[in-house]
Amino acid sequence: MSSKHLPLWEVFIRSRRGLDHKHIGSLHAADAAQAMQSARDTYTRRQEGVSIWVVRSSDIHASQFEDDSAFFDPAADKVYRHPTFYDVPEELKL
Amino acid sequence: MNVAHFEYVQRLGDNALILGQRLSEWCGHSPFLEEDIAMANTALDLIGRARMLYAHAAALEGQGRDEDALAYGRDERQFGNFLICELPNGDYACTLIRQYLVDVYHHALYSTLCGSSDAGLAAIAGKAVKECAYHLRRSGDWVVRLGDGTAESHARCQAALDEVWAYTAEMFNGDAIDDAMAAAGIGVAPGSLAAAWRDEVEAQLALATLSVPRDDWSASGGRQGLHTEHMGRLLAELQFVQRAYPGQKW
Repeated sequence: MSSKHLPLWEVFIRSRRGLDHKHIGSLHAADAAQAMQSARDTYTRRQEGVSIWVVRSSDIHASQFEDDSAFFDPAADKVYRHPTFYDVPEELKL
Repeated sequence: MNVAHFEYVQRLGDNALILGQRLSEWCGHSPFLEEDIAMANTALDLIGRARMLYAHAAALEGQGRDEDALAYGRDERQFGNFLICELPNGDYACTLIRQYLVDVYHHALYSTLCGSSDAGLAAIAGKAVKECAYHLRRSGDWVVRLGDGTAESHARCQAALDEVWAYTAEMFNGDAIDDAMAAAGIGVAPGSLAAAWRDEVEAQLALATLSVPRDDWSASGGRQGLHTEHMGRLLAELQFVQRAYPGQKW
């Protein structure tokens, strides 16, 4: 058995029509076709989904932990960005 | 009771159970995790199919037996599965080559059985044909990956193909039960599936750069309960608990 791993893929499943695809896990596969089959067998065997996306993990660019303070902290004190400062007319059904 | 009808459905169940039992031996031992789950899924599909077919056969028989009685309460000579289903798994290439050859057969068989005049059997076939389509996609894919893969995977596939090829002819050589069921519109004449099977398999083997073995000999006897030396050991493992503790429940 080879000790070299096949490429890693991220799996996204849409559980019902009308919902978004959600990240559900990852797996190793040689190519997209195999990743799709393995995703079907690994993640939808209990009727979890109606649609599958697979993406090579290396194609995902993730924000870095060390950027957290610059990226996310500044939003913490800007409550006015939340749409809670409007008076909504009675007639408007939300 | 129509004995041929019962036997025909029971044999379909035997093929599903014995191949499912073989595939389940890979559980926890497959080459990598994703494949382990996929192989176990296929095994469970087959065992689930066996349950439905046995339950249907037992109802046709009407003697008070159930699916467990048919699976656990019969001896080797009473099983009518093809020899190819009981062959040891060999290496992973061998398991997948065998699976592919049987999947092509099962896909065509259950597609046709969807039109059976036995409504119960047609309903089971309707479920089975979807599973078969997926099994075939998977095993056909692997045949090409491994056949047209490395020098070693190619050599292992060719060796496996040469080993199991002689056991494929049996699938198409029906007996009086098959003939009677085909005539009644309940079953399929196995010989009628042979030409399309051969065309499909040869095309896939060409993609996989594998050579079609020569048809110089073939094994048979499964339908009549004349099995290989491997069958007894398989049944011993399959039936042990019910033999040791008859009627035991979880």
